[in-house]
Amino acid sequence: MDGLREKYIAAIAAAQDESALEETRLAAVGKKGEVSLKLRELGNMTPEERQVAGPALNALKEELNSALMARKAALADAALDERLRTEWLDVTLPARDQRRGTIHPISQVTEEVIAIFADMGFGVAEGPRIDTDWYNFDALNIPEHHPARAEMDTFYMHRAEGDDRPPHVLRTHTSPVQIRTMEKTGAPVRVICPGGVYRADYDQTHTPMFHQVEGLAIDKDISMANLKWVLEEFVKAYFEVEDVELRFRASHFPFTEPSAEVDIRCSWAGGQLKVGEGDDWLEILGSGMVHPKVLQAGGIDPEQWQGFAFGMGIDRIAMLKYGIPDLRAFFDSDLRWLRHYGFSSLDQPNLHGGLS
Amino acid sequence: MKFTLSWLKEHLETDAALDDILYALTDLGLEVEEVSNPADRLSGFRIGKVTAAEQHPDADKLRVCKVSTDQGELQIICGAPNARVGITVVVATPGTYVPGIDTTIGVGKIRGVESFGMMCSEREMELSDEHDGIIELPSGEVGQSFVDYLAENDPSKVDTVIDIAITPNRPDALGVRGIARDLAARGLGALKPYPVEPVMGQFPCPISVTIDEDTKEQCPVFFGRVIRGVKNGSSPAWLQDRLKAIGLRPISALVDITNFFTYDNNRPLHVFDADKVEDSALRVHRATGGEVFAALDDKEYTLSEGMTVISDGAGVESLGGIMGGLHSGCSESTTSVFLEAAFFETVRTAYTGRALKINSDARYRFERGIDPAWTPIGVEAATAMILDLCGGEASEVVMAGAMPDHARAYRLNTDRIQSLVGMEIPEATQRQSLTALGFVLDGKMAHVPSWRPDVLGEADLVEEVARIASLTKLRGKPLPRVLPGVPKPILSPVQKREQAARRAGAALGFHECVSYSFIDQAAAALFGAGSDATRLENPISADMSHMRPDLLPGLLAAARRNQARGFVDLALFEIGPVFRGGEPEEQDFQIAGLLIGRSAPKDVHASDRDVDLFDVKADALAILAAIGAPAKTQIRRGAAPWWHPGRHGQICLGPKRTLAVFGELHPKILAAFDIKGPAVAFTISPNEVPLPRNSPATRPALELKDLQAVERDFAFVVDHKTEAMDLANAAQGADKMLITDVRVFDEFVGGSLGVDRKSIAIRVRLQPIEVTLTDAEIEAVGSKIVAKVTSATGGALRV
Repeated sequence: MDGLREKYIAAIAAAQDESALEETRLAAVGKKGEVSLKLRELGNMTPEERQVAGPALNALKEELNSALMARKAALADAALDERLRTEWLDVTLPARDQRRGTIHPISQVTEEVIAIFADMGFGVAEGPRIDTDWYNFDALNIPEHHPARAEMDTFYMHRAEGDDRPPHVLRTHTSPVQIRTMEKTGAPVRVICPGGVYRADYDQTHTPMFHQVEGLAIDKDISMANLKWVLEEFVKAYFEVEDVELRFRASHFPFTEPSAEVDIRCSWAGGQLKVGEGDDWLEILGSGMVHPKVLQAGGIDPEQWQGFAFGMGIDRIAMLKYGIPDLRAFFDSDLRWLRHYGFSSLDQPNLHGGLS
Repeated sequence: MKFTLSWLKEHLETDAALDDILYALTDLGLEVEEVSNPADRLSGFRIGKVTAAEQHPDADKLRVCKVSTDQGELQIICGAPNARVGITVVVATPGTYVPGIDTTIGVGKIRGVESFGMMCSEREMELSDEHDGIIELPSGEVGQSFVDYLAENDPSKVDTVIDIAITPNRPDALGVRGIARDLAARGLGALKPYPVEPVMGQFPCPISVTIDEDTKEQCPVFFGRVIRGVKNGSSPAWLQDRLKAIGLRPISALVDITNFFTYDNNRPLHVFDADKVEDSALRVHRATGGEVFAALDDKEYTLSEGMTVISDGAGVESLGGIMGGLHSGCSESTTSVFLEAAFFETVRTAYTGRALKINSDARYRFERGIDPAWTPIGVEAATAMILDLCGGEASEVVMAGAMPDHARAYRLNTDRIQSLVGMEIPEATQRQSLTALGFVLDGKMAHVPSWRPDVLGEADLVEEVARIASLTKLRGKPLPRVLPGVPKPILSPVQKREQAARRAGAALGFHECVSYSFIDQAAAALFGAGSDATRLENPISADMSHMRPDLLPGLLAAARRNQARGFVDLALFEIGPVFRGGEPEEQDFQIAGLLIGRSAPKDVHASDRDVDLFDVKADALAILAAIGAPAKTQIRRGAAPWWHPGRHGQICLGPKRTLAVFGELHPKILAAFDIKGPAVAFTISPNEVPLPRNSPATRPALELKDLQAVERDFAFVVDHKTEAMDLANAAQGADKMLITDVRVFDEFVGGSLGVDRKSIAIRVRLQPIEVTLTDAEIEAVGSKIVAKVTSATGGALRV
């Protein structure tokens, strides 16, 4: 028996491929293999002989089987190793291209603004870009002869002959949405109205289309001090700073009274804007308490209700926050600009994760 | 509105520092736009004295001078004819910047002789155009700063000029006096009295004035008088300096006087040459229309019916409140002048000015509103100045019309400031502020001063009080949430869709563009629009004349610009408004994407290929899915003509609702936009996508089948125009329970099949429901599929 064992263990170890190993298996533990035949002979033995030879033969069979398995695995590993040695790729070759798109800064900043004001309970209202002169001017306390009309560089739509209505305008501000919202919802109301507006002006800092966001809050007990707080909270959240100082300066808008221009404290050291520090003031928006005539135009009783409104440039605050130098480039769709200043589709602004 | 600090101090008694004045102006709503002082440019110049002047050895016109300066005696070469011993001069030593020649002085050699500085003329220091020689000062100490010298001896030359923005509600601040009044109310000094003594008339006014009855709304009152025996030369230096400092050109004493009162007290005046007034009568009336008027700006204007004009016997001599006429204007030969101070109403002035496109100082003021009460006073003040500067004697004053009634009063509710602004200001302070602004308080009633046409209600009183108190002092006060707790969602389904579409588009690899809403007429016409309905009356340029009917022209133009910069492969998209017509309700909302060139940069994987319509079909479907469109849609042809007629599809819900269009753009469109390479596009109309039903957030239970699904492939030979979707739908219809999916996986056109034939292969997935399918059952479904497809398409199973 020892001879058998040595013979087959040696043969298994010597097998160089799967077929040699299979031959060895058949010769040893196959149906007609030497060990199998010996096992079959157990029946002819005396019980005493059998008691000795039986376990020994079975143990031998098991030992050979596991040696066969081990050898088989070793051969497979060696074969795999051999194959892997030939499987080599230049992994420095470029990856397969995946197109990456971008979100325009105006859209991104609009969503940032919405996220902040939504938290303060402001909904989002929209209105048409072509509007009647009533919504764009008269309802906002800018009668036809008012110098503000001339100063706004209004685009007018063509009027067909025989159509005696005053020409429609491309809205010069988002303020007409205030009126449309008041008409629709009445008071109390809190909305912001983001969107494109138009003025016939084109130079280094003006484009004939730009974007504004209007804010409107009407309630029983609401004052300019609330307006200031809302704007302070907005500016802190938007510019992502701990603290910021706002300066209200008396001004005039036909649709608010009192009116104020709002500046934020900032520094321009090294050409970079830092909000909340320094000695410079940056004008960012106009605001005020809604004029009684405007409330009336929106169908709200100014004896019962009062509120504030503000408006600021979305493109402008985008330029300030993200250091974008030229307004005109916003509307040029230059691929290089879109890639550089655009945002990833996954950068969805929200307050819990941070806006930027 | 420009004014100088010294002009302000004619009206305001103040010791306030310039910075405090500037801060207060801005804070009061008179926003400072620019502050400049000529002195800033002159700080390096000092006074010197010429102690020796000898002929330059090598140049006839140059002299070698020795000049005493704060840096000792310097040798300076000078070419001025008046450079001589004993004169007091202004010296720029090396390192000093000389603005008039835009040069910083250095040490240099002139014709071989060293020079250590420069003696300057007025022009070299930009003080005037004088350049006949160097400045000779009548006094001054060697080493003294020239700026200090000027401040002492000629202060107008170093007067600070302040430019402020005036909001339309503050015509009173278009006069220096109004600005001074605001500052005084703020506590920055005291408003000086402005005494005007009436000038007694020496003779009856030889020119009569009438206002037509129908014109009395446009011009309620007119005052005037003749001053004869005047000499209309140049105005004195003080007046010229004032006007020049604020950017006005001195013309003649009479004209300069009218400009002075325009800026001093917001009182535009006009002077006629009295000898040129035909028939000695002026009539204020409405233009009949068609009159041609030659104005002082040397232009001719054709008047429209209703404009306020002043005529004499010969015709229109002046456009009331806007501009005088050329014919009766004053010149140096004028010896008799008719001075006019009238009140022209704002609306009519604004209309006329706008219609004729005349921007004059007078129009600017009348259309905002001047102080009617100062009309007769202005006549007297101007008369006094004319007599003073031009001599002569004044006639009696003629008056036509009646003073307009501007009196009004509003209740001062001192609690209102707290409720509206959120500031606590004591009642006494509120009353004091209003009084300082010229309001007359009578108990609770505040009577509005005549120079404040903007104050028209109680809210205006609050504004005045808050403005004077300073809104800078306002402290923020939290605005409580409407409801306590977690804020409710605020976006509408449409707004959520827009955001989802945008994120999806960018995720699909498109760059979002924001294009102008207006395009050129030709581009609009290519996209089925461009009529007058969407035309701008006053476009900023011809290529921005029409409101866009579609987003594609803007994207195509953007693609062309990028291709011109060398970027050939592009993926651009836009979400925005498009315009069916020119009415507010004719605005739609569109999503569009444009794919041009290769699908990827050329690479080692050979994965790049031309983009095709199946790329944009996938993109359109992905965005539709993102905005919640139903998965089951139909594809139809027959979209607008800017698509390739055979290579586009409309994604539809039923026969009437088109959610999206995708495909190749018509070759003519691509040629018109000069696009290189293959171009495919999609447009989506999100408003056509049905809004989601208000269903609960709970999903239906997931039903998983344990039994293995079976897949079988079939190929059919059909006519080449048979559409794969019809074939697949037919197969699906063979057994709606068992067949869970039919997928077209191969198309083969022509070849051995013959022209006009093609083969389409489908893989059908059968999902057993309760028991495993037997071969016979599978066979039976297969036969049904073949039968359905052949009957629906006229094709045959490919064997």
